[in-house]
Amino acid sequence: MKILVCLKQTFDTEAKIVLDGNGKIDRKGVSMIVNPYDEFAVEEALKIVEKDGGQVTVISVGEQQAQDALRQALAMGADDAVLVDAGDKELDEYSTATILAKAISGMEYDLVLGGFRAIDDGSAQVAGRVAEILNIPVVNVVTKLEVAGGKAVATREIEGGNEVLEVSLPAVITAQKGLNEPRYPSMKGIMKAKKKPLAKKTLADVGLDDSQIAPKVKAISFSLPEARQAGKVIPGEAAEAAAELAKLLREEAKVI
Amino acid sequence: MAKGIWVFAEQLGGQIKKVSFELLSEGRKAADTLGEELCAVLVGKDVAGLAASLGEYGADKVYVVDNAALENYSTDGYTNVIADLIKQYEPSALLLGCTVTGRDLAAQVAQRMQTGLMTDCIGMEVADGQLVFTRPIYAGKVIVKACVPDARPAMATIRPNTFPVASNAKAAEVVTVDANVGEVRQVVKEVIRVASERPELTEADIIVSGGRGMKGPENFKILEELADVVGAAVGASRAAVDAGWIAQSFQVGQTGKTVSPVLYVACGISGAIQHLAGMSSAKCIVAVNKDEEANIFKVADYGVVGDLFDVVPILKEEVKKVIA
Ligand SMILES: Cc1cc2nc3c(=O)[nH]c(=O)nc-3n(C[C@H](O)[C@H](O)[C@H](O)COP(=O)(O)OP(=O)(O)OC[C@H]3O[C@@H](n4cnc5c(N)ncnc54)[C@H](O)[C@@H]3O)c2cc1C
Repeated sequence: MKILVCLKQTFDTEAKIVLDGNGKIDRKGVSMIVNPYDEFAVEEALKIVEKDGGQVTVISVGEQQAQDALRQALAMGADDAVLVDAGDKELDEYSTATILAKAISGMEYDLVLGGFRAIDDGSAQVAGRVAEILNIPVVNVVTKLEVAGGKAVATREIEGGNEVLEVSLPAVITAQKGLNEPRYPSMKGIMKAKKKPLAKKTLADVGLDDSQIAPKVKAISFSLPEARQAGKVIPGEAAEAAAELAKLLREEAKVI
Repeated sequence: MAKGIWVFAEQLGGQIKKVSFELLSEGRKAADTLGEELCAVLVGKDVAGLAASLGEYGADKVYVVDNAALENYSTDGYTNVIADLIKQYEPSALLLGCTVTGRDLAAQVAQRMQTGLMTDCIGMEVADGQLVFTRPIYAGKVIVKACVPDARPAMATIRPNTFPVASNAKAAEVVTVDANVGEVRQVVKEVIRVASERPELTEADIIVSGGRGMKGPENFKILEELADVVGAAVGASRAAVDAGWIAQSFQVGQTGKTVSPVLYVACGISGAIQHLAGMSSAKCIVAVNKDEEANIFKVADYGVVGDLFDVVPILKEEVKKVIA
């Protein structure tokens, strides 16, 4: 079984965000993590190969710094990594999916895993787009996965419940929280990861030129939201405060 | 030439989702400004009878694809059908609710049509003859305005409860279309629906949420009782989910659901940045917490400093009184 895991490096969830002189998001000095949903995908891949044998390759579209995220996945136990560096070009989900799919199409794979969304731009569409380009089926927001006999049986979250879907491999599966508990890299894993292969590629290396990855979405402006203002703290003992709150919700806020 | 603003009329079990009416209501204004028609796309089995209700919210036209193979949502089946319709009629925009289904479908259709998609939007306006969408990114820490300048249709998924529903009756023209469902590669083995009388978390007008302060799974009953008085959904913080008190699907936050209710009542939740990421677009936030320093009070419109086990049961009775 050959498993590819698409992985994105994202801002730490605690990161404070500021805009630079050009009104764009300033990336300087921000601590970076592996997108938590992608960690579920890495963990799932490792569990599958631990059981059935195989190989796990992690792949990321990002700048040089994204090597750290790939190394973390290698430290968890992935076998090798590929970084496609598109430079500082503006990319949207279409661009990223085009790059990933092109890189993947030159590789051998039975299964492609990824997080169902990234916590930074939260777009929840790159993996689905990759499946569409590769012309293989996708199952999103998966909380349970079994792979056997050239098929994947995936439980996915739907409204008010779950559905169990079967797809033939190769397929793209995206991870939702609940799929597993990602392991922490061990000291030994971290040492080993330093020697594992990490291939760095350019756009040209994967056979794409700039025009093929021109974004479809154009960002017009970025702004910081107005901070929510603290409102009233309602004084009094429980009974008094609760009565006052009910009244305010009804008469002032008009929300009940 | 590309023409028409389309709204995907999402239905489940013969009921159209409120978010679809919200999108039509707002889409109506945009269509008028742009001088385009507003169309709803209704897909499913035995759904033709629902078409008229879409006219009530401003649709000029309803495309109906009625096919037994479309009874339940499937990624491939619905993508094939919607992509077929788009190729046939070339709309300039397609709006979907940011629901489990809307999100799944939008990504596939966008790629098949080689177009751009903005997800989880919280605003839409017309500027320079374009639809411009507002979306929070980085867990709401940044707001971006974006558009799809050239590719068509411009696509967006929009968070439920973003726009008010406004009736605007039109005698919508119903166009029944045959579309090719094609091969569906996702084979359904089982559907498990957890019967619930409560609304879906992401679409609820009111949410009552509990955190670590709930102290145990049995205590969520207190929240459920309050929720049921006002027809609310119940949510939770990650601490409550990780403790195993409530299922993962109820988690609100950066690694859970993003919600935009009219009212969010946070009980025994400290207000960690990752929790706020999922609910700070609520119109009104109430916090019940015994720690007056808790971060949640910094974003709450109304706060009660006290023990939730005292406050919430009384609040339920008081709410009953004021809405009676
Ligand atoms: C990558 C990442 C992703 C995350 N994603 C999420 C997410 O999606 N959603 C999320 O919620 N968290 C998320 N977290 C976790 C988040 O950081 C917090 O740990 C979590 O939100 C805390 O939950 P809590 O407020 O219920 O618990 P606590 O922070 O422990 O707060 C409990 C609160 O209850 C109050 N309390 C206790 N007893 C009572 C009582 N009897 N009456 C009234 N008040 C009482 C206390 O004063 C306290 O304020 C994430 C963290 C990370 C690192």
